[in-house]
Amino acid sequence: MPTVWFIIVSVMIAAYVVLDGFDLGAGIIYLVAAKNSDERRKILRSIGPVWDGNEVWLLAAGGTLYFAYPQLYASAFSGFYLPLMMVLWLLMLRGIGIELRAHMENPVWQGFFDFIFCLSSALLAIFFGAALGNVIRGVPLGPDGYFFEPLWTNFRLGPSPGILDWYTVTAGVVALVTLTAHGALYVMVKTEGELNQRARRIAIAVWPVQLALTVISLVATWFVRPSIKENYLAYPIGFMIPLVVFGSLVLMLTATRRGRELQAFLASCAYITGMLMGAVFALYPVVLPASTDPAYNLTIHNASAAHYGLSIGLIWWGIGMILAVGYFVFVYRMFRGKVQLEGAGY
Amino acid sequence: MESALLVHRLHFAFTVTFHYLFPQLTMGLAPLIVILKTLALRRNEEIYHQAARFWARIFGISFVVGVVTGIPMEFQFGTNWSHFSRFAGGVIGQTLAMEGMFAFFLESAFLGLFLFGEKRLSPKAHWWSAVAVFVGSWLSGYFIIATDAWMQNPVGYERAADGSVQLSSFWALLFNPWACWQYFHNMGGALITGAFVMSSVGAFYLLWGKYQDYGRIFVRVGVSAGLVATVLQLFPTGDEQGRMVAEKQPATLAAMEALFESSPGAPLVLIGQPDVPQRKIDNPIMLPKMLSFLTYRRWEAEVRGLNSFPQDTWPDNIPLLYYSYHIMVGLGTIFIAIMVIAGFLLWRGTLFNARWMLWILFLSLPFPYIANTAGWITAELGRQPWLVYGLMRTGDGYSKLVSAGNGLFTLLGFMGMYTVMGILFLFLVRREIESGPASEALSAH
Repeated sequence: MPTVWFIIVSVMIAAYVVLDGFDLGAGIIYLVAAKNSDERRKILRSIGPVWDGNEVWLLAAGGTLYFAYPQLYASAFSGFYLPLMMVLWLLMLRGIGIELRAHMENPVWQGFFDFIFCLSSALLAIFFGAALGNVIRGVPLGPDGYFFEPLWTNFRLGPSPGILDWYTVTAGVVALVTLTAHGALYVMVKTEGELNQRARRIAIAVWPVQLALTVISLVATWFVRPSIKENYLAYPIGFMIPLVVFGSLVLMLTATRRGRELQAFLASCAYITGMLMGAVFALYPVVLPASTDPAYNLTIHNASAAHYGLSIGLIWWGIGMILAVGYFVFVYRMFRGKVQLEGAGY
Repeated sequence: MESALLVHRLHFAFTVTFHYLFPQLTMGLAPLIVILKTLALRRNEEIYHQAARFWARIFGISFVVGVVTGIPMEFQFGTNWSHFSRFAGGVIGQTLAMEGMFAFFLESAFLGLFLFGEKRLSPKAHWWSAVAVFVGSWLSGYFIIATDAWMQNPVGYERAADGSVQLSSFWALLFNPWACWQYFHNMGGALITGAFVMSSVGAFYLLWGKYQDYGRIFVRVGVSAGLVATVLQLFPTGDEQGRMVAEKQPATLAAMEALFESSPGAPLVLIGQPDVPQRKIDNPIMLPKMLSFLTYRRWEAEVRGLNSFPQDTWPDNIPLLYYSYHIMVGLGTIFIAIMVIAGFLLWRGTLFNARWMLWILFLSLPFPYIANTAGWITAELGRQPWLVYGLMRTGDGYSKLVSAGNGLFTLLGFMGMYTVMGILFLFLVRREIESGPASEALSAH
């Protein structure tokens, strides 16, 4: 049962990163890709009806994590106290930037909110990458299952690391570049004309960087946590994951070049899912590794809720998920196609 | 401010109090927007569509602030109250996760459709998206109330070997009797806010002499809904909620009423200042024997006072608890009076010319917010010193490794952020109201 929930929570987090990833990415490229007010409105339009729903995946994934692994939630959220609070502030600024910009007629204020939207999107990508880096690297868990990490110590690994060290900063940059490409491909799919061309050029320009960072992050992870190979050696089917990652990375470039926009975007979705699944596969059954002593690792066994609650949760989660997927398919179908600027809104 | 416990309590209290200013309006407006959309379909008049669009814009602004201030609430269970989360997550993780799965997805998906999709949807389908937003926001309310109700009156749990509590009965958790009455009382409160805001804006237009067609619709819908909601708020929901407190949390009732000594035929204090060290009320104005009657329906019934409970189980801030409770009840009574008179004038057809009444409706806008906030302070201060009533004390639940300094840092950050957000909200809503419902919107929200 804890394994089932491990898979469910991982899938929900992946869904969040893929979905909110493209609107974060659209924010990252916003000021570069869109040169005038109409183009900016088009980008906002392309994410307008969906960004809030995408962000709900973070809440739903967080709620499900709390429900399935209360101990993990308690430990990780209090340990990552400061960066999580900053993520909250950034999410707020970004939400305000997107929604309230539309209510401002004055170009000075519009420019201000544009900047807020772009900056908070980029910082969020970096924070999320660094968070994932922390989980892979391990945190200084004590025997009672709690820890507290300052933002940084000496930027080195070791028994008492900070949130930011060279490894997690690398992970943050990987996330920034990955979501830049992801957002650029989304904007390319949703728009026409010059904006479409500019988004496409951004996607092609960051591709070599993304390739290089993918390789660097794999090597660095190997160095930081040598035990990642164990699950792969025990279950060689796991080697499919890096194949998917590199295959979809190649497809992202070739499909963009050939003008197969949707295919390129879906390849980026597959790339992100592959990267996350690769990490999750390596960690299992650990959910939060201890940098202090492996005996203090939080695993799916010592961090999960009791059996009765988890089984009954499976029923309502299944129903809720079917409904949620239904809404999403409906909304995305409703707003499918290229963005036009007629009528009200943004 | 050096006590970490105090900082963490203030942190949650501040963020949740600010947050709930916005959902109470969206939950209150959602059914009123459905009513406007229904009138638009039934009567097939454009003005009702336009009225619904106007309130959807206000709803949209309030919703955004509600969402972005709501995310920190879920996070704070883990960040600031991690020992509580570890202790109780096996139970309340259920309701919090269900809120995400059932309410948030529904609400956010259909709000996008409702705000952006009017041109792409048929009028019927657009009506349904308004209903879906209403259902989503009210479901969300239920799961949060069920979570709070479990902390007020823990049910359906068992102790695990590691000392935490785990769910033992799903249905007991979901249909906690406390949750049912608290839900109706809370949603009634939200509806009162929605109704007062709508009639206040309507009265403003009528007094101003602009957009009077809209003003009449808003006042009519607002007063009708407000009349029903304010009366139901007293009876049965408020009455039942009070009796629930008397039964499950008798020490809380004694503190709310500032009843220091147990007595038969206990009086109801209307006004007065509790002096806790002296155990008396200064300058009291009371109704004799009324408390006994309201609680037990018998004039001579014995009501237990604070002296019959050990002092370490008394709520830790009795004066504030007493005041917030009395503010809530006092305002609730005034609301009934306002709505009954306004409803009578509406029925007689003279309300739109009764400027004095329109002034009252116009100026009453802030008070439902105060009453709702006071009500929640009553519920949460009344639960003290327990975090989970009878099971875990508040002092045992906060994050022990998050120091007072770190907590204060983020509390100050939230204060700054929320000040900016509050100013922006007031600015934008005021502008929407001033530019009027007839104006083609600058935007979909």
